[in-house]
Amino acid sequence: MATSFSATKVLQPLPLNSTRSAEKPLLCQSLKGSSSFLGSSSHKLSLKKTFYPHQSQRRSNNAVVAVSDVVKEKKSKSKSSSSNLLITKEEGLVLYEDMVLGRAFEDMCAQMYYRAVSTGFIKLLKKEDSVVSTYRDHVHALSKGVPARQVMSELFGKTTGCCRGQGGSMHMFSKEHNVLGGFAFIGEGIPVATGAAFTSKYRREVLKEADCDHVTLAFFGDGTCNNGQFYECLNMAVLWKLPIIFVVENNLWAIGMSHLRSTSDPEIWKKGPAFGMPGVHVDGMDVLKVREVAMEAVGRARRGEGPTLVECETYRFRGHSLADPDELRDPAEKNHYATRDPITALKKYMFENNLVNEAELKAIDKKIDELVEESVEFADASPVPARNQLLENVFADPRGFGIGPDGRYRCEDPKFTEGTAQV
Amino acid sequence: MAAIIQGIGAATALTSANSLDTKKSFFSNSRRSLSVGAERKGRTFVVRSDGHLSYGLNGRGRRAEQLITNAVAAKEDTAAASTSSKPGHELLLFEALREGLEEEMDRDPAVCVMGEDVGHYGGSYKVTKGLAPKYGDLRVLDTPIAENSFTGMGIGAAMTGLRPVIEGMNMGFLLLAFNQISNNCGMLHYTSGGQFKIPVVIRGPGGVGRQLGAEHSQRLESYFQSIPGIQMVACSTPYNAKGLMKAAIRSDNPVILFEHVLLYNLKERIPDEEYVLNLEEAEMVRPGEHVTILTYSRMRYHVMQAAKTLVNKGYDPEVIDIRSLKPFDLHTIGNSVKKTHRVLIVEECMRTGGIGASLTAAITENFHDYLDAPIICLSSQDVPTPYAGTLENWTVVQPAQIVTAVEQLCQ
Repeated sequence: MATSFSATKVLQPLPLNSTRSAEKPLLCQSLKGSSSFLGSSSHKLSLKKTFYPHQSQRRSNNAVVAVSDVVKEKKSKSKSSSSNLLITKEEGLVLYEDMVLGRAFEDMCAQMYYRAVSTGFIKLLKKEDSVVSTYRDHVHALSKGVPARQVMSELFGKTTGCCRGQGGSMHMFSKEHNVLGGFAFIGEGIPVATGAAFTSKYRREVLKEADCDHVTLAFFGDGTCNNGQFYECLNMAVLWKLPIIFVVENNLWAIGMSHLRSTSDPEIWKKGPAFGMPGVHVDGMDVLKVREVAMEAVGRARRGEGPTLVECETYRFRGHSLADPDELRDPAEKNHYATRDPITALKKYMFENNLVNEAELKAIDKKIDELVEESVEFADASPVPARNQLLENVFADPRGFGIGPDGRYRCEDPKFTEGTAQV
Repeated sequence: MAAIIQGIGAATALTSANSLDTKKSFFSNSRRSLSVGAERKGRTFVVRSDGHLSYGLNGRGRRAEQLITNAVAAKEDTAAASTSSKPGHELLLFEALREGLEEEMDRDPAVCVMGEDVGHYGGSYKVTKGLAPKYGDLRVLDTPIAENSFTGMGIGAAMTGLRPVIEGMNMGFLLLAFNQISNNCGMLHYTSGGQFKIPVVIRGPGGVGRQLGAEHSQRLESYFQSIPGIQMVACSTPYNAKGLMKAAIRSDNPVILFEHVLLYNLKERIPDEEYVLNLEEAEMVRPGEHVTILTYSRMRYHVMQAAKTLVNKGYDPEVIDIRSLKPFDLHTIGNSVKKTHRVLIVEECMRTGGIGASLTAAITENFHDYLDAPIICLSSQDVPTPYAGTLENWTVVQPAQIVTAVEQLCQ
């Protein structure tokens, strides 16, 4: 499939080669001041081979490159600290625990998420920072601090769920932890995230809350990057320098549609520079690399220097959903990624650097197993919503149900409280 | 995209010509209704917009000052004669909307405006004129032409503490934001288990204009009315425009405020004192005994024109501007039905699945026993609004049809 397409999809040399190279320094300069993302474009070839295994036969074209931002391993050079390590022991354990939690939880739900991306980004956030996710939102909610039992109960449709059983798997919210959803249609969460970032700016500049440096993370997949809301929001975020990070979890497949069959230029990170923001590409299976990129991007946003687009290479280990037979993906491709379990990689790093020992990690594994087990028991034992819950929360102000024939607000009718009124 | 840009161009280009046209037609309309009003003042036929003529059944805290005003007081000589002596101040409907908006922005710094050309340009119908210089570009945010995204942005801002007023440059453009309005405005409070509120106001010019063509003359109420969790109100006079704007901004529910392109230049004297209307209440326009005519927005004026003829023919119609398109004020409507036993609905909405259809169902369900005749519902035709003036006139309900329908009902 890929071969047949590659013939027609060879990148055309840009007719504007010369002007493009004249522009390049300008763009680079404008970004350089605030970002260390700027990698050399020499990473380009290797990036293509590993990241897009289908298209290694594609001709590379340096003229297209504006900014290439593969995170460099040798970043420690620029660090003044005595340690070369990317994380402390405590940080490592937090990351490990969060990823193990994600895995244990998703194993329980027979879904497969992108633990390293979720963990790498969200664990850097403050409680006041916001996260906007897609229909694959359990792990984002967990990483942001929503208790596992609340998430599990929501999946069970119980009253103890984080949305009282009214949202479900694809609509996770937590006001306390600033999880703004949970959006089941492709792309519709991105404008909402942009709005949350707008509020941060508004609070700082209009309401004069000088200390409001809250940032918003918008998570979405490669399929979403062909949707207009993505582009519209990249544009607005740069226009108003909003504190937002667009995090693309590129798993190469939108259910059955290959990324390469649906996207004219599959390197999503390049769309950042096209809009005037840094675009970064990172190995989404490596939590430490993700974390490094995230620190940079979150820092940028906090300092009021504007948005960043981050493309994380991930992979979906199972079908899109339980209903997906998963017949289209090449077993070789699956195996390629299966060898790159992000938890194994983090373990390896921590062992090699003598940050932790086996027993410490075992203890976390055990703790998480118990936690997930307990969350299932909790959810199972929790009550299902009673009828009287049916008409609650339709309106924040229940007068929205209007005035009944008797002249009283309909929500005052006992039938409303009982959930038996016809609305 | 090209279509949008073209559309905006068309709307802008036609704005001035169109509003002049509107003014003219309302001068002539209003002169007629005013003369009737003048003759009969003190008796039944006084066109009021504040609803205080209602027969004492709305005891739910109307805060509005009692001030008798002409709903269509665009007649310049009366205006000039009255400015010095009467209380209140006179303004046009779009200015009333702006006044309401400005008062709320003064009152609450979380209230902000976003939309196409709302800032530097002052809004396509000047509802936000002068607000950007006063409050700054961030509070009165000019957005790119990206309806779905800036509406979604307004929702995200509302979830995190702001109270955005989102303007559709033309209400029809909000079809491009339908996903955000239905999924997120309407349902997110529920799906989040009540955790997040979406206190947004979505407003803009809608309805059938004068030869604006199909896309700029939409009747969107029918599309929006079945979205759960949303309230819809339609303003029809400067007085209720201001009061509803303020109420919509203060509501914790998402509210769609329908304005009509042909009503922006209506003039009326409104109170100087602050007032906020009730979002859920209907407005008694003209009490009567023989038949209940339920209407809203621009059709209110077609109804009042017909009412004049009907009064001359000896009928005494009761006219109610339902104002709240969702939910319906079943109390005011019900009391009227119980009195007159006959109902005529006059709307500009689409016939199929429109407001009138829902209203018919609600009345049948709740007040069937009180009806002496089947409900008649006059809606606009289920056709794309034609460009040609003749065809356009035949699309919407005309006063003569209203007269005929009442005669038929009261046989």
